[in-house]
Amino acid sequence: MAEAHPVGFQWVMEAKRRGAKVFHVDPRFTRTSALADTYLPIRAGTDIALLGGVVRYILENGLDFREYVLSYTNAATIISEEFVDAEEGDGLFSGFNPETGAYDQTSWQYAGQEGESGSMDTSDERDTAAGLRHESHGMPIPGQVLRDESLQHPRCVYQILKRHYARYTPEMVERVCGIPQEKFLELARAWTENSGRERTGALVYSVGWTQHSVGVQYIRTGAIIQTLLGNIGRPGGGVMALRGHASIQGSTDIPTLFNLLPGYLPMPHHAKHPTFDEWADSIHHPGQKGFWGNARAYCASLLKAYWGDAATPENDFCYGYMPRMTGDHGTYQQVLNMIDGKVKGYFLLGQNPAVGSAHGRAQRLGMANLDWLVVRDLFMIESATFWRNGPEVETGEITPEQCRTEVFFLPAASHVEKEGTFTQTQRMLQWREKAVEPPGDARSELWFFYHLGRKLREKLARSEKRRDRALLDLAWDYPTQGPLAEPSAEAVLREINGFDVATGRPLGGFTEARADGSTAVGCWIYSGVYADGVNQAARRKSRHEQNWVAGEWGWAWPSNRRTLYNRASADPDGRPWSERKKYIWWDEEKGEWTGYDVPDFEKTKPPSYRPKAGTSGPEGIAGDDPFVMQADGKAWLYAPSGVVDGPLPTHYEPAESPMRNPLYRQQANPSRKVYPDAINSVNPSPPEEQAQIFPYVFTVSRLTEHHTAGGMSRMVRPLAELQPEMFVEVSPELAAEVGLTHLGWAHLITGRAAIEAKVLVTDRLTPLRVEGRVIHQVWLPYHFGYEGLVTGDSANDLIGITLDPNVLIQESKVGTCDVRPGRRPTGRALREMVEDYQRRAFMSPDRHAPVVTPPDPGTSDAS
Amino acid sequence: MGIRTFIEGWPVYRQLTGTDPLGRGAAAQSPRTAELTARTETADSMARSVCPYCAVGCGQRVYVKDGQVTQIEGDEDSPISRGRLCPKGAASKSLVTSPLRQTKVRYRRPYATEWEDLELDVALDMIADRVLAAREETWEDVDSEGRPLNRTLGISSLGGATLDNEENYLIKKLFTAMGALQIENQARI
Repeated sequence: MAEAHPVGFQWVMEAKRRGAKVFHVDPRFTRTSALADTYLPIRAGTDIALLGGVVRYILENGLDFREYVLSYTNAATIISEEFVDAEEGDGLFSGFNPETGAYDQTSWQYAGQEGESGSMDTSDERDTAAGLRHESHGMPIPGQVLRDESLQHPRCVYQILKRHYARYTPEMVERVCGIPQEKFLELARAWTENSGRERTGALVYSVGWTQHSVGVQYIRTGAIIQTLLGNIGRPGGGVMALRGHASIQGSTDIPTLFNLLPGYLPMPHHAKHPTFDEWADSIHHPGQKGFWGNARAYCASLLKAYWGDAATPENDFCYGYMPRMTGDHGTYQQVLNMIDGKVKGYFLLGQNPAVGSAHGRAQRLGMANLDWLVVRDLFMIESATFWRNGPEVETGEITPEQCRTEVFFLPAASHVEKEGTFTQTQRMLQWREKAVEPPGDARSELWFFYHLGRKLREKLARSEKRRDRALLDLAWDYPTQGPLAEPSAEAVLREINGFDVATGRPLGGFTEARADGSTAVGCWIYSGVYADGVNQAARRKSRHEQNWVAGEWGWAWPSNRRTLYNRASADPDGRPWSERKKYIWWDEEKGEWTGYDVPDFEKTKPPSYRPKAGTSGPEGIAGDDPFVMQADGKAWLYAPSGVVDGPLPTHYEPAESPMRNPLYRQQANPSRKVYPDAINSVNPSPPEEQAQIFPYVFTVSRLTEHHTAGGMSRMVRPLAELQPEMFVEVSPELAAEVGLTHLGWAHLITGRAAIEAKVLVTDRLTPLRVEGRVIHQVWLPYHFGYEGLVTGDSANDLIGITLDPNVLIQESKVGTCDVRPGRRPTGRALREMVEDYQRRAFMSPDRHAPVVTPPDPGTSDAS
Repeated sequence: MGIRTFIEGWPVYRQLTGTDPLGRGAAAQSPRTAELTARTETADSMARSVCPYCAVGCGQRVYVKDGQVTQIEGDEDSPISRGRLCPKGAASKSLVTSPLRQTKVRYRRPYATEWEDLELDVALDMIADRVLAAREETWEDVDSEGRPLNRTLGISSLGGATLDNEENYLIKKLFTAMGALQIENQARI
């Protein structure tokens, strides 16, 4: 955090100054480690084993915050007797289909509800990253649930959790993660001691957790701990994602993603959502409790914002215009399709996949096989020049005279040359004022897309084709201003907020959205950002002039709440858990919730409220159920649905690992998304013997002085000077083993590529003793490429394509490689070296590691 | 110059005896620096902005003189950043004023070995034509069972996390109306 989010880290230091103990877990000792109380080095890709160890420590010692757990979580809920844990299935939960790699979740359901949700096969969800949809809500729960308030029932969540993690002992943590037992116990003790009525602990993670083939489950494990300890919805608690781009949260909320529409509404699926009713019902589930009960209004209002006057209740608001998904249309599938010639044109909008995406060679070869490419950026990035300067030109795989891709480079406006909002990592929107006009041909994306849309509509104006109606009927008249005819960002923000169609009055919030076509709302969760016709995101009331929650600086979704589920900061009766941790509470006299933040609860629903049986929508949520977006109002320790690769997180080895999974026969996540394509060779892992060809573990991350693929830092003189070249950090022990010298050269080889880097020998990396052997890990920054003021080989060239099945994010935080002294070969010899490794590792285009691990030779298949 | 004035001219003497024991203010001042004025004071205007790098969302104040960005500083009022910026945020002025920034449209014909110039309007028109052609060539009306698809898988787009919400909104809206499903961004990586 100190490296990649230094200004955010000031708050960790502030907490430390006030007595908080700071733990840092990382494969490499960083600036964060230097400032932490305790640093725990970890074998990359084993965090679930560490966190599972903490879960076990809590449960075995009865250290959970029992009152919170009983009232606010599903710990007491009884699970179907058909459920079989991965502990009994040698790494597979019940319902696994080896043909599809997907689970049928029927047996994971709450007892008595196994048959009520229709088909629970998750193969479509897995293809379409449906897990992302749950960023703002949980999955449906039909009807009432069976509970055992004593937590003794063998099939209640609490007992299932206890059994599931029983083997995650301090010894096991040491075996799997390489973390000494005493260090682990120090962490577990401090975490539990710092939680309860009087104290809270916070958990901070970043892409070190998400970029794994089992990444979502890492975060789930963290959430289980924080829920057991009562650290959710309370000040100083939480599971906080530190995200790495200025508006990466915004681009998920208002998604430039294939599977989502604004506000986490799903993009329609051809088979599941042929009609508007089926689409809307799949989100709000008629009879469903909780705030998703109003989803039909969000669906209708979005389509009304898209197609304006043309969208009417009679024509299902032009739902018939919507494109439909049939499966995986994600960025990695697209790249493989480019190589196969299926994609004609590609827009790159401030993203540089030639350097920043996994398997750089596949990215560049894909781009070299397009009809046309449009690059919009501040600088001439690698993705615009692959056809003349890419590494494949040197290896002879791309020849400019034979590369047909037509390239348009269009300069973009910078953040000071346009106005608009970024959504930062805590869901807060902040409006930026424009300081100057963009130079020369530089334009904002707002300008480019508005005018592109205008031109497309002009060109199609006389079209009679049905397919063109969606463009011609689109509500696309935004006011423009100034000599460049820049569209008004404020007008777009107003549409995002939503308005009453008849009067044009901006809505005050999403509760005003209607399903009858009388409101248009571009993104329902952002509704309220333009309440009263005021740009709430532009508020800049100084921190010196308001309370510490600072609710009048910018605007956070939903409804300007700064801490989600903050009803949990009060006890079931609505009283603060302690004076010290007071945040939101029930004011008996006024009959309303009050406190420092906007209550994340219906303002006048008393703690004593109990819904009548069969009540749906928000009225179905009791006065002591804080998790209002979940259908049962509870935080889920156990997830009966919504996570496609298991109701509980369990340790699997990374897709590429030098270690056999100590817990199960199943080596890696059986549900991980694999792409058995000729170009995507994955290094062998145990039990395959050839794993030893790639004996070392590598991980990558950011430098303080660079940003992502370098497009905003390697081109900037002061930053380029601070970190001028590509390097690899290795331990003194590994340097001795391989024969590397400090400041000399090394090259690293995987089944995809070989890259070179200067050597930095440092004890920031420690060899780990795991299962009686030594595991060496090396670390690389991933910012370098072949353009800019400073250049170097790209770490992402090393990485293959294996994805988390919930969100389709690639496993780029861990892989295996070989390390050799000296520089890599050049030209054709470079590919020959990689091909030699592939041959020795038995990696051929048609051979791919089995997803389900077969029984070890010589052992009987007892399970 | 008297001996006393001479001694008081020494920064170290002023640091040891004066009000600036850390030597970062009055003690370090010379006649030349005493006459300097901060660019922030002579700016024509100041825009309240946000750092473009990571997602912490540090407040920035962007100072402008004669239509040029002359300084970018941390916003002291921000409850997130309290006026601070990291090395990248502090380099924002160098980012936006970098001489390496491209300000002209560049065009590479198929099989060409060099870039050439192109007018922005012409480029926009050519791109619109290519979008329509790719869409025509790869359009899918219905699936094998006659259910609607309304789409093209012939067009892809990548990027959005460095852009504004309003921009992402228009991109998604336009591509959806075009039937272009394959939009992705940095949130996927």
